[in-house]
Amino acid sequence: MSRNGNWDWTPGRKPLADVAGLRQQYRELLEMLPSPDGERFAALVVGEDGRMTAVVNGESWPETYERLWYLRFSAQGKLAGLAMNDYAWTVAVDGRTWDETFEFVWDPRFTADGLGIAALIKQDNRYAVALNGQPWPQLYDMVRDYCVSGDGERAAATVQVEPRKEADVEGFFAGTWSLAEQGERWDEKFINIWEPIYDATGRHIAAQVRTDIADYTIAVDGKVWDRLFGCVWRPCFRPDGGAVIAPVRTDGNWTLAADGEVIWPGRYAQLWQQRFSADGQRLAAVVATDFGRWTVAVDDRPWRRTFGEMVTAPTFVGDGKHIAAAVKDHDRWSIAVDGEAWDNDFDMVWEPVTQPGGSHVAVKAERGGRYLLVIDGRQVGPDYEMLWPHCFAPDGQSVLLRTVQDGKYVREVVPLAQLLG
Amino acid sequence: MSLYPVNKPVTDVAIDTGIARLTTEQIERTVQRVLTKECSARLQVFLDTCVHCGLCAEACHSYLSRDKDPRYAPVAKVKDTLWELVERKGRVEPESIRRMAEIAFVECGVCRRCSMYCPFGIDIAYLIMTVRRICNLLGVVPQYLQDTTNSHAVTLNQMWVHEDEWIDTVQWQEDEAITEVTAARIPLEKEGADVMYSVIAPEPKILAQLINNMALIMRVAGIDWTMPATDGWDNSNMAMYSGDFEVMGRVEKLHWETAQRLKVKRVVMGECGHAFRGAVYDGPRWLAWRQAPVTMVHAIDFYYELIKSGRIKIKQKYEPPVTLQDPCNTVRGMGLGKKVRYVVGAMCENFADMQPNYEHNYCCNAGGGLINCGPPWKHSRMLSNRVKAEQLAATGAEICITPCHNCHSGIEDVIGFYDLGMHTKFISEILVECMEIPEAMKA
Ligand code: SF4
Ligand code: SF4
Repeated sequence: MSRNGNWDWTPGRKPLADVAGLRQQYRELLEMLPSPDGERFAALVVGEDGRMTAVVNGESWPETYERLWYLRFSAQGKLAGLAMNDYAWTVAVDGRTWDETFEFVWDPRFTADGLGIAALIKQDNRYAVALNGQPWPQLYDMVRDYCVSGDGERAAATVQVEPRKEADVEGFFAGTWSLAEQGERWDEKFINIWEPIYDATGRHIAAQVRTDIADYTIAVDGKVWDRLFGCVWRPCFRPDGGAVIAPVRTDGNWTLAADGEVIWPGRYAQLWQQRFSADGQRLAAVVATDFGRWTVAVDDRPWRRTFGEMVTAPTFVGDGKHIAAAVKDHDRWSIAVDGEAWDNDFDMVWEPVTQPGGSHVAVKAERGGRYLLVIDGRQVGPDYEMLWPHCFAPDGQSVLLRTVQDGKYVREVVPLAQLLG
Repeated sequence: MSLYPVNKPVTDVAIDTGIARLTTEQIERTVQRVLTKECSARLQVFLDTCVHCGLCAEACHSYLSRDKDPRYAPVAKVKDTLWELVERKGRVEPESIRRMAEIAFVECGVCRRCSMYCPFGIDIAYLIMTVRRICNLLGVVPQYLQDTTNSHAVTLNQMWVHEDEWIDTVQWQEDEAITEVTAARIPLEKEGADVMYSVIAPEPKILAQLINNMALIMRVAGIDWTMPATDGWDNSNMAMYSGDFEVMGRVEKLHWETAQRLKVKRVVMGECGHAFRGAVYDGPRWLAWRQAPVTMVHAIDFYYELIKSGRIKIKQKYEPPVTLQDPCNTVRGMGLGKKVRYVVGAMCENFADMQPNYEHNYCCNAGGGLINCGPPWKHSRMLSNRVKAEQLAATGAEICITPCHNCHSGIEDVIGFYDLGMHTKFISEILVECMEIPEAMKA
């Protein structure tokens, strides 16, 4: 069963928090967000003493902090934030802090199962990843981009493995960066290494690397592809394992390569954000077919319609047949499905959310400072003071809305048929 | 004895080691690669069109500052670099590359003033940037400029600022700001805010007060804004100037992806000139965007909007006599000369303009990557901007307003070197001093 199967999908409205009241009750209301199931509403508040805490459905966490920020709910509804007292930082989860404190903690991320938390930490001026409060045994001079395996057991990060001397150009180009997994580094050193990713099994890691001034390629488990390129962007693994696919620049144009071999004959002025369909059979990417003309290419075939400013990562629609992406043209945002843009446009749109097993595409959009739900191009329902990204029920027949209306936070389940009228 | 001001001998370890490694074959291959695969047709058109009339010479501050030494005329800078490389099809000795690197990186600030004086509008700066690109691929870039680019490559900001230092500094500045104005928060990672404010790395590294200033201005003006807590907060781009276009592209890609991730309507950027050029022109174009994919508003334009609309009111004008440096990339490059004077006029009681001014103002000779070439080249940089010292002195000002980080540091250097007894200030430093803070907001 999907993770939201046990949520309350009974149609109806539940006002759960008084946002206007919170604003009056506390000196400041800094952040607010609902849990993914909409049942809990968290607010980050500042009391009259200037100390911060979280209030969940009207109930305050037991502790206050000199600083609390970056509140996030896990998919399972755990609420975590970064907390500091007496210059010691830690992670607070549902009102309880980790036992461990650090000089600094940032970029916390829930593991895929929503139960664990990884974060970057600094201790005695050295850096590592910590999983559930436990830092790697080995710390580094600098740790930057990191990723967590799907099972939440391991983390990998780009690490600086040679001391950096001031303005040491020679030393830098000899390679001072590598990748470490659970603190243990690859033997190989690179000029640069960026944005590592795990495969679905958590056994393989791929990252972009730079091996000379203008030579770029992909390293997989420490071994670089045989071929070098003029530039590369973020790779991905095939969902069924095996090949690593990355955008590569060759002779001034972009295309896709798998394990070092170019796989798309097409050449583009730009290519990034490649995404596989769930069955791994189709591959779509954002491309610029020409200077300033953006669209999506599916299996190397670009949509006919192009857009002037931006196209975001393609989303495969629930039925697996269609592809949607947010598009920006003439400073207006809309959604394009299979290359056809909706008639309506907006000040802003969020990522398309697609109906499980179906073809409907639902999007949070903004117009004139108010937020709306738009399905298949048409606004459904009223506009809101605030609207968080919605989600479909597992059967695709109702939608969960989390909104602020008239100063109240409201959880609402609405049958799709009612929305579509 | 030379008729002209003479540079102190300069040792630049990165240039020296780069030259020592070069082979003639490598130079030829690289020049051919850049000329045939990377350059547009306009390069040859520019080279073919130039009639060697020398009209561009009088435009260049380095030529004027060095008593019209002909070697510093724009056309001479191209003749001694790109023309030679094209004519010899790249078959030149490594030692020639040393002189070309000095000219391209240190003696031309790619300020584009000369193009206005050329009867054919030849874009000398573009030609010099092509030389820089060749030097970058050959590994012959001044040490400190290359180090800045290396910082961009690793940290995506120009001063090796760690992510934790960034967040910590922003939060520290917020702590400072709320002691002056209630709720003067710096909302990090606020998805859906109207404005993402982006800065350049010297702000968190050495001029953190400027972030505090913006927190006060945003609060008083009632702007819904945010800053990222991830990389992508730095809009500067010295890789653009060292000729490392791949790193330039990576920096700009992340900056714009960050703005899109935060779902902001526009990016307001701090007082910097080259960053505007990198984020709005050179960076996007390398990435195949025709323009910045999210509207970008320079601080000058933003302050203009706030003052003109009455969102910021001036309580008491700033009294000391001020003058104004027109940053090349925002005034010559995008025509903000009138708006910056509106802002200065609204804030300051005593304003004396420089002559020449607006798009005809001389470059600070620090932008274009010059100041990033670091201490070895500072003396030469100072000799090349005597005209700026003369302009400044003639204004009688105590303060030179410099709405650009390179201008700010570079002009402070000129003031010190020529002993002018003035100082530089950013607009925000004066604005927070003289704007009206409603009583209810005072902490
Ligand atoms: S410094 Fe400016 S005026 Fe002088 S040659 Fe370079 S671009 Fe032209
Ligand atoms: S003014 Fe133009 S045509 Fe004359 S020498 Fe300079 S670049 Fe050449």
